[in-house]
Amino acid sequence: MSPVLATTSLRKRFGGITATDDVSLDVAAHEVHALIGPNGAGKSTLIGQLAGTLRPDGGTILCNGLDVTHMPAHKRVAHGLARSYQITSTFRGLTVLDNLVLAVQATAGSSFRFWRPASAEASLYDRAREVAALVDLSAREDVLVDHLSHGEERQLEVGLALASRPRVLLLDEPMAGMGKEESARMLHLIERLRSSTTVLLVEHDMAAVFRLADRITVLVYGRVIASGKPDEIRRDREVREAYLGAAAS
Amino acid sequence: MKLGATWWFGIVAVVLLVLLPPIASFTQQEFYIGVATRVLAYAIAVSSLNLVLGHGGMLSLAQGSLLGAGAYTTAILTVEATKDVTFLPGATSAWITWPAAMLVGALLGLAIASISLRTRAIFFLMITLAFNQMLYYLFFSMKVYGGDDGLGMAARSDLLPGLALENDTVFFYVALALFAIFTFVQHRLVHSRFGRVLEGIRINEPRMQALGFDTYRYKLVCFAIGGAGSGLAGALLVNKNLFVSPGLLDWLQSGTLLVMTILGGVGQLWGGLLGAAAYLVIEELLSAYTQRWQIGLGVALIAVTLYAPRGLGALFVPRRP
Repeated sequence: MSPVLATTSLRKRFGGITATDDVSLDVAAHEVHALIGPNGAGKSTLIGQLAGTLRPDGGTILCNGLDVTHMPAHKRVAHGLARSYQITSTFRGLTVLDNLVLAVQATAGSSFRFWRPASAEASLYDRAREVAALVDLSAREDVLVDHLSHGEERQLEVGLALASRPRVLLLDEPMAGMGKEESARMLHLIERLRSSTTVLLVEHDMAAVFRLADRITVLVYGRVIASGKPDEIRRDREVREAYLGAAAS
Repeated sequence: MKLGATWWFGIVAVVLLVLLPPIASFTQQEFYIGVATRVLAYAIAVSSLNLVLGHGGMLSLAQGSLLGAGAYTTAILTVEATKDVTFLPGATSAWITWPAAMLVGALLGLAIASISLRTRAIFFLMITLAFNQMLYYLFFSMKVYGGDDGLGMAARSDLLPGLALENDTVFFYVALALFAIFTFVQHRLVHSRFGRVLEGIRINEPRMQALGFDTYRYKLVCFAIGGAGSGLAGALLVNKNLFVSPGLLDWLQSGTLLVMTILGGVGQLWGGLLGAAAYLVIEELLSAYTQRWQIGLGVALIAVTLYAPRGLGALFVPRRP
């Protein structure tokens, strides 16, 4: 099967630091592909380039067979690529539902409509409620995001990315800063996404990664040092030395 | 449907304004009809800036020049209509000169924004200021149209047969009608899809891009709409005064519009009217006593910032739960 998201020889330098060093990555349809590595390995830099907020210095990015290397971020969404942020980025002062309506609006026809109230467009709200249900926030639709718990806000963060029905979802540390219970809920959420979308997951919670991932790519100092099934990664000596350490044994 | 506080405020304000000319005539204070007309013209300009600043989140210092350009457009077309030999087809009909003022405002807004929007924050402020000054000096140096002496109009624009704008009361009601229409359009715009997108951009632009919005284009269109509104305000002002000078495009004018917006309330539907009214009434009342009337304005500005930081317009709107 051809990959839905692929990079070839992707490179990105910041001054003297090579944050992405010749990274070639294949993400197959409907898999959960985890990207792991120690802090500073260049995971978020890679996500930034895939999402279009960072410009690679070399190499190509293919999304569904289309070269999106130089495509601006907002256009990639129309090609089925969506992202969530490591640091929660929602719309303060708006309710959960209004946050999701905005996200739905992005891919539901033109928003250069100046006269009809958006609140009269039932289809926007229907889809927003659907997404709210998907991320377990149905009971919190009318709450201002400012009043959400950290875990709920992380769920909304993923919901915003899901609203466009992406074919590839880039999740940048969805469980960052979460408690045990919240993490478990997020884990189930990602589990449910598997049937409808492909997930590239950056995550530090190794238990979650090994439970969710179909394949894992390990990044160290901007280079891919290993890529394969969870069992292979767990056994890989280089990975254990570089990263997993005793925790994986 | 239950009418909210915003609607009630609007209804009361419009009714009071409708009653203003008869009351002013009865008390022989017709002078205030002219003041109120000026307030309405500025209210449209401030509402336009509010669309750009309060909804689009763009702090612009170019709004004064768009207002001035609208005024000059109307004046130039009117003057050209009285000349025997012209290279510009002139017009005296308000149906041509006022939309022309809006069009010029929109196109200039589009041009200014297309470049300024490549920058952010303080740089955006500075580059819009630079454009403002460029337009100022453009009209300053146009000797054909009066240069720094300014340009006078022989008469107000023709609107409809039998409706003489030369009559100050008639002109006031026309300005009131335009203001009411503009405010309604603003209300619709803010709640439309487009308005929602602007709100999203103001709160969190990077996230809007990540969601798939080409935020640049939305801000561009917002700025152009604000330019059209400013142009219309300029057309009204030049009709009221029968005169326009480069002073109307001075960057201080852009600053005045910002002060009015802050007084009235950034992002408030009635902020334009309240801000323009507060500013101009303070100016009118205090300048009768002292040349240093801006001291009074300063006190008002401090009071509003301290006790009504969301502006006068917010006093009539309940805070969201």
